[in-house]
Amino acid sequence: MQVNGYKPLIVAFCCNWCSYAGADLAGNNRLSYPADVKIIRVPCSCRVNPMFILRAFQRGADGVIICGCHPGDCHYTSGNYYTRRRMAMLFSMLDYLGIERERTRVEWVSAAEGAKFAATMNDFAEKVAALGENKRLEDLRCKQ
Amino acid sequence: MQRIGVFVCWCGSNIAATVDVEAVSEALKLEPGVVFSTNYQYMCSQAGQNIIKDAIAEHKLTGIVVCSCSPRMHEATFRKTAAAAGLNPYMVEIANIREQCSWVHKDVPTGTEKAIILGKAAVAKVNLNAPLIPGETPVTKRALVIGGGIAGIQTALDIADAGFPVDIVEKKPTIGGKMSQLDKTFPTLDCAACILTPKMVDVAQHENIRIFSYSEVEDVKGFVGNFDVTIKKHARYVNEAACTGCGACTEKCPQKKVPNEFNLGMDNRRAIYIPFAQAVPKVATIDPNYCNMLKNGKCGVCAKVCAAGAIDYTQKDEYIQEKYGAIVVATGFNPISMDKFDEFAYNQSKDVITSLEFERLTNAAGPTAGKLLRPSDGKHPHTIVFVQCVGSRCDAKAEKGKEYCSKICCMYTAKHAMLVKDKYPDVDVYVFYIDVRTPGKNFDEFYRRAVEEYGVHYVKGMVGKVVPEGDVLKVQASDLIANKQLHIDADLVVLAAAIEPDKSARPLATKLTASMDTNDFFTEAHPKLRPVESPTAGVFLSGACQGPKDIPETVSQAGAAASKVIGLLAKDKLTGNPCIAHSDEMMCNGCSTCERVCPYGAITYMDKEFRMPDRTTAIRRVASVNPAVCQGCGACTVACPSGAMNLRGFSTQQIMAEVDAICK
Amino acid sequence: MQAITREQLINKAVALLADGTVKYVLGWKKGEFDYDITPAVFETAEELNADFVWNDFCGANFSKYLVAKTRKLDGKILVFLKPCDTYSFNQLLTEHRFDRDKVYAVGIPCNGMADIAKVKEVCGDGISSIATEGDALAVTTIYDDEPVKVAVESVLAERCLNCKSKKHVAYDELMGEDGDTLDSNRFDEVAKLEAMTPDERFAFWQNELSRCIRCNACRDVCPACTCEKCVFDNPTSGVENKAPANSFEEKMFHIIRAFHVAGRCTDCGECSRVCPQNIPLHLLNRKFIKDINEFYGEYQAGAEVGSRAPLVNYTTEDLEPGEVFDRRDTNA
Repeated sequence: MQVNGYKPLIVAFCCNWCSYAGADLAGNNRLSYPADVKIIRVPCSCRVNPMFILRAFQRGADGVIICGCHPGDCHYTSGNYYTRRRMAMLFSMLDYLGIERERTRVEWVSAAEGAKFAATMNDFAEKVAALGENKRLEDLRCKQ
Repeated sequence: MQRIGVFVCWCGSNIAATVDVEAVSEALKLEPGVVFSTNYQYMCSQAGQNIIKDAIAEHKLTGIVVCSCSPRMHEATFRKTAAAAGLNPYMVEIANIREQCSWVHKDVPTGTEKAIILGKAAVAKVNLNAPLIPGETPVTKRALVIGGGIAGIQTALDIADAGFPVDIVEKKPTIGGKMSQLDKTFPTLDCAACILTPKMVDVAQHENIRIFSYSEVEDVKGFVGNFDVTIKKHARYVNEAACTGCGACTEKCPQKKVPNEFNLGMDNRRAIYIPFAQAVPKVATIDPNYCNMLKNGKCGVCAKVCAAGAIDYTQKDEYIQEKYGAIVVATGFNPISMDKFDEFAYNQSKDVITSLEFERLTNAAGPTAGKLLRPSDGKHPHTIVFVQCVGSRCDAKAEKGKEYCSKICCMYTAKHAMLVKDKYPDVDVYVFYIDVRTPGKNFDEFYRRAVEEYGVHYVKGMVGKVVPEGDVLKVQASDLIANKQLHIDADLVVLAAAIEPDKSARPLATKLTASMDTNDFFTEAHPKLRPVESPTAGVFLSGACQGPKDIPETVSQAGAAASKVIGLLAKDKLTGNPCIAHSDEMMCNGCSTCERVCPYGAITYMDKEFRMPDRTTAIRRVASVNPAVCQGCGACTVACPSGAMNLRGFSTQQIMAEVDAICK
Repeated sequence: MQAITREQLINKAVALLADGTVKYVLGWKKGEFDYDITPAVFETAEELNADFVWNDFCGANFSKYLVAKTRKLDGKILVFLKPCDTYSFNQLLTEHRFDRDKVYAVGIPCNGMADIAKVKEVCGDGISSIATEGDALAVTTIYDDEPVKVAVESVLAERCLNCKSKKHVAYDELMGEDGDTLDSNRFDEVAKLEAMTPDERFAFWQNELSRCIRCNACRDVCPACTCEKCVFDNPTSGVENKAPANSFEEKMFHIIRAFHVAGRCTDCGECSRVCPQNIPLHLLNRKFIKDINEFYGEYQAGAEVGSRAPLVNYTTEDLEPGEVFDRRDTNA
């Protein structure tokens, strides 16, 4: 994915039960999305600590997306409900600090939604690429 | 430092066509901790697995990374491979370079670059992996069944037959539940008592079953395999062991004006009573709200007539502690209150009754000895109107009734209509319905018999109003098919009241940390694949506490719940998932934040003495995670402000290392 | 001027020491200057009479000190709590951070505390003494022995100008009159920032946070930051960092700190009070409080013991993270 010649770096946290399986399904169906998206598997979206997201931005990620089971379908019954509140608060705060809101996203992707996974990643990567490099949250010491 | 081996799989051409596997294995050789790196056509094949096993031995590997298909596919395979070579299976990490790389990217440079990054992330993670050993907990080989209706009875019998002791806790003085109040059962019209009471006797006589009737679950502690339950046995003022159930007391008791709940208040019982003839246990119970002796110390007739000397006015509530390995919830249902449905005049006329009351009216053991007589004047009714969906399938905005379909009403109404026509062909029977729902074996045939053979008037439309006028009930209704208003003078109106979970279910769910939906039905662990298990390990669901059900469905679910319990109790030890949360006591604040987000109630607190940095000691409250209960979601790890909570296998440090490896 | 006098507080403390109700008194004493009042533990009437201070600079919230003091001291501790302090007191009890039985809490009224930075704006640096005279402060400097009179009202701390409550939500005993919760304008500044463009907001925060010298005073004073070991001091947490290397990376520190106290912060304002760089840190915490109120319903941390904080709670109908912005955009 390149917009104006910029290839973004995107970190995607996917829950093991729904979204990671959704990503696998996208693969099974050969639905392509940009290689800029790198997936980290977590047991549940509620395992994603805001520190991980900030760390990714600090180290030069241009966008971070968190994917989990649809509300009500959490393998652990309520994990994604906590994610929903935590991320709403965090994203609102990042926006308040002037960080571009398109750099963060939460998307619910079920194990059956391979097409949604690919479409989401294509859309997200495009939006992030259009923003260009993340300069507002990077830490120059961490970049090589 | 770890000694890591990297194994890159070609997956034939599935990976190798888009990823330069050689380049990947070469690049990963340079990562910290990696001492061996190779690639092979099919890593999951016997030959591939042997490469891994040999490398573990030859290079004394402490961790391995397999760059291959999704861990959902072969993580278990490669963990077994590692274990076979003497490596802890949790020292294996998978880099998913097939589903999430070669299959979704088109050109080789892109695919190779991404595969290397995913490999680096896995290496970074495995550098921080630690061997994990699943915890084991012993299993108490005894089951508790809460609720003694047909669901609880069947579950208990099935478990007991498999050889495990079972206790049934029933809050009423007898087991039997709603089914004991029914007359006939659809679609075969066999008598409920004839098929239920033998099972009740089986329960009473089974050497593996104990019945705690007139009892409730007071408290539940512990977890799967090891529940500690306190059962409150209400004082019945009768010594159960001594009472022979002869019934002499129930005939002599002077207090005759007690509404008989078994007949839904349509007749009276005494203050000392046995709910019905086939009650199990067949023991009398004194109702303290009506007993003159208990209320003001004047009477004592029952004690005088009791030959067994079983009456004990000083009896107190008793608390019983018992350990269980599994708990089955079978708390059943009740018809909803008709208070909000004034349009049907339920509270204005005795001749407007619910379907359950109708069951008692047609039951040979009921208040009319089975003769169909109007409750108001005891006359034989000539026109009966049945109204379906009273409180079922209601609009949420209506703020009365339930949104769901109660499922059983269509069939029992057809049954009632047919029974009336069978016994009294002269009676005109109308059934008003929204839809007639008959999915079930022989169900639709049954309903059609009511219409075609017995001539029951089925009218699509709802009853708008019932107005008592003199000794008739003026029924105003609409016929949607003929598109006209109907006015019927009925003698009896029967309301198919919606059913709802028993009121005791919600407090029980809290005690069990089991989840419920907004209608107070217990939630399944999975609506399709785990329908008789609650999300809380060791808690199982049987019967209408999980959702409206008829008897065949309840019995099959009861059997399914029993088989799950048997499967659990057959194990001597439970092996847990080792990827669970644990708390660093030195960092824990004891603030209870983690406890609040834990969906499983896996976290408890204890006071512990610590040596503080200034060499004094202090008692601090710290969290501890029960490894048998934790399922490893990680909600607590993020809630914990100090970072004391961490998740094995997905630790903060491991995930951060992956982030760093990807972002580098 | 405060509604209650130093003598009344000393008399109360001496009486409670004398009748054995408490063994220790957590109070204020003078630091290097008249305006840097620090918390101190007193054990005798003599100590109290000599060093106990109560004036318009006694802003320190004692709640947090109870965590360490109840652990360390072997007797009951008297603590004086201003209305805002009582919220922190309750929040700490909710989190089981100290033993309630070891504390005797006396609620005291508060008319607002002075902000020394504002005094300095009027009188300049080099303050040599400050005395309270009625509703004013008499300030002398090393340059001028003639006291300058400054009305306390005109130099009230920001948090006191936007006081949210004069009501005590926890105490064993109350001195003076109890007040009510107030309709404050404490979210106005946050709303102003929200109305800016992202670039303006970024510039604002860059300007503010780049002054951070990472002294950790905000964390150290914060009654919500009572962790046994702070993640920023923990080498394995992945965010440990003792000093800033890049003028702006402190944003990470402040976001994480604000997130850690979100839903638990009572908005006591101590962080901004102690910040030597005058960074308006309360605007971060208030943003979270404002969001919580708007997204999940009004919630005041510490209003009652045992309440479930919004971030450890949920409803099935909560708004989606993506809707946060839609909502703001439609409101704006």
